[in-house]
Amino acid sequence: MARKQECIAMLLAGGQGSRLGILTKNIAKPAVPYGGKYRIIDFPLSNCVNSGITTVGVLTQYQPLELNDYIGNGQAWDLDRANGGVHILSPYQQIKGTEWYKGTANAIYQNINFIDRYDPEYVVILSGDHIYKMDYNKMLEYHKEKGAACTIAMLEVSWEEASRFGLMILNDDNSISEFEEKPKNPRSNKASMGVYVFTWSKLRQYLIDDEKDPNSSNDFGKNVIPKMHADGEKMFAYLFDGYWKDVGTIDSLWEANLDLLNPKVDLDLSDTSWRIYAKTPVSPPHYISANAKVQNSMISEGSRVYGDVDYSILFNDVVIEEGAEVKYSIVMPGTVVKKGAVVQYSMVAENAVIEAGAVVGATPEEMANRDDWGVAVVGAGVTVHEGAFVAPKAMVDEDVVKEDK
Amino acid sequence: MTGKNIVGIVFSNAYDECISELTGIRTMGSVPFASRYRLIDFTLSNMVNAGIEKVGVLTKSNYQSLMDHVGTGKPWDLSRKNDGLFILPPFSTNEAGGNADKLASLKGIMGFISRSNEEYVLLSDCNTVLNLDIDALTDYHTAKNADITIVYKNGKKPNLTDVVVLSMNADNKAEKISISPVTEENVNYSLNVIFMKKALLERLINDAISLNYKDFEADIIQGNVDKLNIYGYEATGYAATVESMESYFKVNMELLDPANCDDLFNADRPIYTKVRDDMPAIYGLGSDVKNSLIADGCIIEGTVENSILFRGVRVEKGAVVKNSIVMQDGFVAQNASLNCVVADKSVVITPNKTLSGAENYPVYIGKEIVI
Repeated sequence: MARKQECIAMLLAGGQGSRLGILTKNIAKPAVPYGGKYRIIDFPLSNCVNSGITTVGVLTQYQPLELNDYIGNGQAWDLDRANGGVHILSPYQQIKGTEWYKGTANAIYQNINFIDRYDPEYVVILSGDHIYKMDYNKMLEYHKEKGAACTIAMLEVSWEEASRFGLMILNDDNSISEFEEKPKNPRSNKASMGVYVFTWSKLRQYLIDDEKDPNSSNDFGKNVIPKMHADGEKMFAYLFDGYWKDVGTIDSLWEANLDLLNPKVDLDLSDTSWRIYAKTPVSPPHYISANAKVQNSMISEGSRVYGDVDYSILFNDVVIEEGAEVKYSIVMPGTVVKKGAVVQYSMVAENAVIEAGAVVGATPEEMANRDDWGVAVVGAGVTVHEGAFVAPKAMVDEDVVKEDK
Repeated sequence: MTGKNIVGIVFSNAYDECISELTGIRTMGSVPFASRYRLIDFTLSNMVNAGIEKVGVLTKSNYQSLMDHVGTGKPWDLSRKNDGLFILPPFSTNEAGGNADKLASLKGIMGFISRSNEEYVLLSDCNTVLNLDIDALTDYHTAKNADITIVYKNGKKPNLTDVVVLSMNADNKAEKISISPVTEENVNYSLNVIFMKKALLERLINDAISLNYKDFEADIIQGNVDKLNIYGYEATGYAATVESMESYFKVNMELLDPANCDDLFNADRPIYTKVRDDMPAIYGLGSDVKNSLIADGCIIEGTVENSILFRGVRVEKGAVVKNSIVMQDGFVAQNASLNCVVADKSVVITPNKTLSGAENYPVYIGKEIVI
């Protein structure tokens, strides 16, 4: 029997993230690279360990190979513990048969036994889709103080954006009066961040009841939380004030990366009191040559820059050859941009090769019709051959050759 | 031969005195090098890349920073249930007599050596930077039917004490061994990476104890040149020995040549080091970086040329760092200027200060000093 833990975390990492297209062709969304050396899942995992939550169940389902390999025994996040630590929880065969995780609530339901082993008072439910630094322990203290059954972290978003989110209408004491899912005319700008604290005894019962309901889609947002609310459980919102970004789309992932280069954005990864941990590749320091020009960029170890890099993020072991130009782009590990190639307003996945004179993406100014503009994406291992062009908004996961005119 | 059959022994304090500024607070093995490494990383990585699973690190003095760096040996995969990394502090009994010489050190760890089940030993100092293919070395040793194989380099003899210089026949068998001969010629000098059977090392040390030998190089190596098959194995790739502050500076700067970097940081035999979890380096608007090696965690807003920056260094707007080495968490404030400087860890250069040394005499700034 494991030792009792006051609070454990369950991280929902099974989503495909289909809106990220070819970036999630072979990997689960939480394993998507971000910020020059991280993957999305490093943020919730680091938040957990920095908040003192050292038992974390990671629920995986879609393309788990790379994610499982990345998490390993959790050592990179200091989550290799004798008691608790990080556990990968994949769907498994039970006496009544095998079931995939049908929904977020069902995924937790299927792992009630795992949670019960630690006999926790509280469970934090997280997702692997967001970039943010947050002290879950403060939220837990708030949850205890309020004597809540469920506390939902919320963030004030701008009124223009509000209709894209799940919103909460609050009473004066911050208890939740109503939920609104992506309304046309929002009555609130308080959006849910997808971070929940539950009192385990309560949630456990709701999960069991939800599973019995044949009409339920076994989802937290659609079923369990509305049911708790309808039953009059004490539900509170916890106000979070800081950087938070959903990176579920190509545009938002690209933006969230470039946010790291904006001094006005409140996301400081150099803060040693709240480090974001990652599995660090074994590479030498990066090298900037005598003729290179680097401006307003982030560059990781093992990379070599001989050309121009402006407003971009280079992951480890990237090579930018002489005369090549990279701007407003994210270049993932092991990719080579050869002589005279241009990569702009793009994301290039791992181990791609952009050959001499090829052009990937375009600047918004170049476009006759601004609506045709978008971030170009080159998939992992793809070669963009000499002189070839990858249009803005395009997503290529096969080699690209020069078109004959 | 598999690495499992070899026990590695690393002399972390060897030649500490040659860069006393840097080793005043640490061992030679824990001297910072090339933006993110410590010198011992090369030795340890070479060993584990050949499959060696048991390494004893001999320490003599000031080994706090070394212990902090190597920890349980996890970064080198040497944190094992069986074998792994062993720190061997001095064992000062009358018989052992301290660790004044390599021989005394070895006498002090006879227990560790004799308890090891491996058939071979590999002895190594830390002040030579190289990426050595130890598999090739051991194959060579077997093919030559050697008793002892010494890794050597052809070139100018380092200006150190007890340098073993080999005169070899056409087959690379040592015929004559001299110790620190006075010469300006290119010679074949030992890099102090020595391979032999464990049983032979035990016998040689026991002989040394009974005959009251004092000197490893003279009594064990040179003294056996006629009795044992001693072979030289040439290190053909990039290999550089740190022998003074000037050479420490020069060897770092040599890595600004990508060819040397490629050779040393060979992707097939990676060099491991302790992880620090810094973010990637950030280049601000108006930064100007040329011909430099930069580690993660740096924030650069000024000018950096021909320099080596370690993890977490900050160069503010208007600051200029040229031909310099700035170790981890160094801070160069606005409009300060450095040229030919070696700044130890956590040095702060306040605004508008100018410091300039010469290539053959870099200015050294001690750890945590504020200028």
